[in-house]
Amino acid sequence: MNWSSWSDFFAMGGYGLYVWGSFGMCALALALEVGMVSARRRAALQQDDADAMDNTGVGA
Amino acid sequence: MADKRVNWFRYAAPQTFYLLAGRVVPWFAIAAVVLTAAGLYLGLWAAPTDAQQGEAYRIIFVHVPAAWMSMLVYLAMAFWAAIGLIFNSRLSSMMANALAPTGAWMTFLALWTGALWGKPTWGTWWVWDARLTSELVLLFLYIGYMALHAAIDDVRRADRSAALLAIVGVVNVPIIYFSVQWWNTLHQGASVSLTKAPSMALPMLIGMLVMTLAFWMYCIAIALARVRAIILERERHTAWVRRSVAIA
Repeated sequence: MNWSSWSDFFAMGGYGLYVWGSFGMCALALALEVGMVSARRRAALQQDDADAMDNTGVGA
Repeated sequence: MADKRVNWFRYAAPQTFYLLAGRVVPWFAIAAVVLTAAGLYLGLWAAPTDAQQGEAYRIIFVHVPAAWMSMLVYLAMAFWAAIGLIFNSRLSSMMANALAPTGAWMTFLALWTGALWGKPTWGTWWVWDARLTSELVLLFLYIGYMALHAAIDDVRRADRSAALLAIVGVVNVPIIYFSVQWWNTLHQGASVSLTKAPSMALPMLIGMLVMTLAFWMYCIAIALARVRAIILERERHTAWVRRSVAIA
C-alpha cells in the first residue's frame, strides 16, 4: 500500500474505527493475558515462600 | 554401551517439564515478536488495498489468526484433557487447564474482530449464522471448562469432569470449520484450502499466514508459561518446588 501520510494510515480509508478497534483489542488482550500469567506466577512463588516459612519457622 | 535413546515419558513429570518449558518459552516468545513485526508490516503497510472492501479488509490479519487459533487451541486442550483422563497423568490435565484461557481469548478476539469487520462490510455487528453461532458456542465451552474446573474442590476430580466437557465439546470444532459449506451462511466460504489454489492475492495471503504463525507462537509461549505457574501451584508440597523457590 505505502501510505501517503500518517493521517491516511490512521484513517484507514475511513475504516479507522473498525481496523484500529480490532488491532487495538488484540494488543489489549495480549497485555492482559501476559499480565495475568505474570501475576499468577508471582502469586504462586509468594505462596511457596510463605509455605516454606510456615514449615521451618524462618525463610527456607 | 549406554542406552542413548531418550525416554520421552520423563517429560510427563511436572518437575522435568517445568524446566524444559522454562528453557523453551523465551524462544517461542521471540518467534512471536519477530513474526508479529513482520506480519504487521506486511498487513498494514505492504499489502495493497482491497478492490471491494477498501482498507476494512485488513482486519483479516488478526481475525483469521485468532479464529484458527481458537479452534486449534481447543483441539490441543481436548487432546491433553483426554490423555489426562485416560492415563491419569496430572501434567496432561494441567496442560489442558493452561490452554483454556488462551483459547478463550482467541475466541473472544475472533468474535470481536469479526463484529468490527461485519459492521462496515455486511452492515451488521452480528448475525445468527452457523459460523458465528458455533464460534460463540466455542467461547461458552471454554468458559464452561474453566468454570466447571473452578467449581470442584478436589483438583483431580475437577480435571476429570472438565476433561469430559472438553472432549464432548470437540464436535463443535468441525461444525465451525465446515459450517460455511454445510449451511447457507452470511460468513464467506473458505478462500484458502489444502487442495486448491488460494482465491486471495499473494501479498495478502502471505501476511495472513505470517500473522497466523505469530499468533501460534504466542499461544504456545503463553500456555507454557501458564502451565509453569500451574505446576508451581499444584506441586507446592513437593521437595523440588521448595528447593527451587528457596533459590529463586
